[in-house]
Amino acid sequence: MIKKEMIAMLLAGGQGSRLGVLTSKVAKPAVSFGGKYKIIDFPLSNCINAGIDTVGVLTQYRPLRLNQHIGIGVPWDLDRNIGGVTVLPPYEKSTSSEWYTGTANAIYQNIEYMQYYNPDYVLILSGDHIYKMDYEVMLDYHKSKHADVTIATFNVSEEEASRFGVVLSDEDGTVTEFEEKPEHPRSTKASMGIYIFSWNVLKEALEILSDQPECDFGKHIIPYIHEQGNKVVAYEYKGYWKDVGTLLSYWEANMELIDIIPEFNLYEEFWKIYTKNDVLPPQYIADTTKVEGCIIGEGSEIYGEIYNSVLGADVTVEEGAVIRDSIIMNGTVIGKNCQINKAIISEYVNVGEGVVLGAFDEAENDKAPNIYAGGLVTIGEHSVIPKGVQIGKNTAIFGETVAADYENGVLPSGGSLIKVGEES
Amino acid sequence: MRAIGIILAGGNSNRMRELSNKRAIAAMPMAGSYRSIDFALSNMTNSHIQRVAVFTQYNSRSLNEHLSSSKWWDFGRKQGGLFVFTPTITHTNSYWYKGTADALYQNLNFLKESHEPYVVIASGDGIYKLDYNKVLEYHIEKGADITVVCKDLAEDPSELDRFGVIKTNEDGRITEFEEKPLVADSTIASIGVYVVRRRQLIELLENCAKEERTDFVKDILIRHKGVKKIYAYQMDSYWSNISDVDAYYRTNMDFLKKDIRDYFFKQYPDVYSKIDDLPPAKYNRGAYVKNSLISSGCIINGAVENSVLFKEVFVGTNSTIKNSIVLNDVYIGDNVHIENCIVESRDTIRANSTHIGQNGKIEILIEKNSRYIV
Repeated sequence: MIKKEMIAMLLAGGQGSRLGVLTSKVAKPAVSFGGKYKIIDFPLSNCINAGIDTVGVLTQYRPLRLNQHIGIGVPWDLDRNIGGVTVLPPYEKSTSSEWYTGTANAIYQNIEYMQYYNPDYVLILSGDHIYKMDYEVMLDYHKSKHADVTIATFNVSEEEASRFGVVLSDEDGTVTEFEEKPEHPRSTKASMGIYIFSWNVLKEALEILSDQPECDFGKHIIPYIHEQGNKVVAYEYKGYWKDVGTLLSYWEANMELIDIIPEFNLYEEFWKIYTKNDVLPPQYIADTTKVEGCIIGEGSEIYGEIYNSVLGADVTVEEGAVIRDSIIMNGTVIGKNCQINKAIISEYVNVGEGVVLGAFDEAENDKAPNIYAGGLVTIGEHSVIPKGVQIGKNTAIFGETVAADYENGVLPSGGSLIKVGEES
Repeated sequence: MRAIGIILAGGNSNRMRELSNKRAIAAMPMAGSYRSIDFALSNMTNSHIQRVAVFTQYNSRSLNEHLSSSKWWDFGRKQGGLFVFTPTITHTNSYWYKGTADALYQNLNFLKESHEPYVVIASGDGIYKLDYNKVLEYHIEKGADITVVCKDLAEDPSELDRFGVIKTNEDGRITEFEEKPLVADSTIASIGVYVVRRRQLIELLENCAKEERTDFVKDILIRHKGVKKIYAYQMDSYWSNISDVDAYYRTNMDFLKKDIRDYFFKQYPDVYSKIDDLPPAKYNRGAYVKNSLISSGCIINGAVENSVLFKEVFVGTNSTIKNSIVLNDVYIGDNVHIENCIVESRDTIRANSTHIGQNGKIEILIEKNSRYIV
């Protein structure tokens, strides 16, 4: 007989459109982080470290890279005879076929998957946060409170609270009210999008609300369960938790890893983060370089200077290049004598000789000022930057650009150059 | 597949000095992220050999730990797999492996129960890439009984006294074979990789055992060279053997050369190894690194020059590592100076200490201080 006390359902279908060109071709959970990881590695590693060996990963937007990364779950020891990791895409049905229209709708469409494992509890996770969390401690809390739903919360500042769903609770932790992105928040307890449901309560709510359009946990399921008089409690999480939903917060979270003893420490033996290692060899640091205040992935070859930056695996930085305050992902080549300041460069980008990134004074981005901000240069995967061009701040580049795309060899601050993808 | 693989990894060499106190040579860490046996294992899997046996005997704990899962080399299959054979006491035998031929003979059942027609025998201490299928094709084309893979060491003949030295006729058939000659009259050395038909090998081993002979080179190759057709296959790509400390040091330092790094790390096919799930290397402010290989999990606060750092090495503030190899999981305190050394794995080097290998001799540094001061 198959029996799992708790299984996890990981929502990994969203685009994360505020990451701009980084998510033009991949889902947000598959975006690289911290030199060698992908964002989804954090919840997956948390699952196995917390003893949860059955994880359904719900995919929808651009799933190829996620599928390749997850495979049968070997890096996380989630290749199991019973359970393990299962990728759950939307599927065709005999009467109606639909995409996942909301977070709870996606879970509803996979009720059979959950039923198969005969769980007592279901853990709902999202694939877009950086944190280490022991879900087993949260489950113990859920049991000790005799709760039907436990919502993990994180204390944020009052200004930030209006970006989140916040919960109001009594002294005992029992939730009394919810507010979704309130203008004047009455609480600073933000929901982290991590829930533990007692299975029978979840199943009933999903079935009753199955006709709800765009059925969502925060907006529909949890309020419904609450209205029915079930016990909803808040579990306050006090460790490191970072939402990397915007380019600036993504950049900041990477930069925090460089601190002498970072608050989020990947170098501890305890609670390791696992990922698929495609590149094994050590990195080579040549005698023409200076590397200071940075982290660098396997197999990279460094001939230029690097300060205060995060580099992925198999990156080549040629002689004379100077990189500061930047994120450079796997397989990218930075040509000779480039100057790179505060840039986010995606996988397998080719930056030609003598290119300057992050030049000129700041100016607001012409297409999406709310996405490309903070003075960052953002370059999408497999892009090509011709040699010698100068690129300003708050810019976005995606695709194989050539010299003719740059007027007088310049992309001014605030400019965008998108040659591929759905935005072109 | 047409062949099974056997890797002889039981050997010890006192020429490795203190480094072999801890592990068999096949388990020696190599090139920052690998162990010596990874090269032979990767060659096997890249040659599509699916059934591989590793023979271990000397100090095999470290090696067994490395081989605890076969999935890293893609041997975790229903067809084939990775087998580790250590000597066992049976009703007919209560000895250790007395030699390479004896090791094969004691596991004759593995040979008898396989159905692949050929056997590739390799050693666990060679650093090279080779498609064994090419050797096998040559073997079949020549109609050979045994094919020995060879390498011309004309560029560096000083080490010929460590190897089997051969001479061939025009066709490539071996006419002379001398084991570790003091004065060699050829520069062609056997690299310890052989291809032989499985039934042929079983017959040779059974005859050998009847006469109580135990060594594959002396008692099979040299003794049969006039009777059996023993051919030499010459490889011309990089090959290095790590049978002594100097060779070990030099082979690791070879990976500081771009062409060698590109050959092993960037060109198809890849070399595989056990995955340790370590974070990327970290360079704090004050780090000063020149011409060095740094592996994952390292944290560098000091200076590293012309050195190879294996996984999880911590270099303290104001410390200098020069012309040295630092094996896995070493903690080097502040203000330490290390030059011309091989630092043994899991060492803890006290702050404010100096260790320099004098007169061009490589010092092996073993310091088991307690790491955490409570």
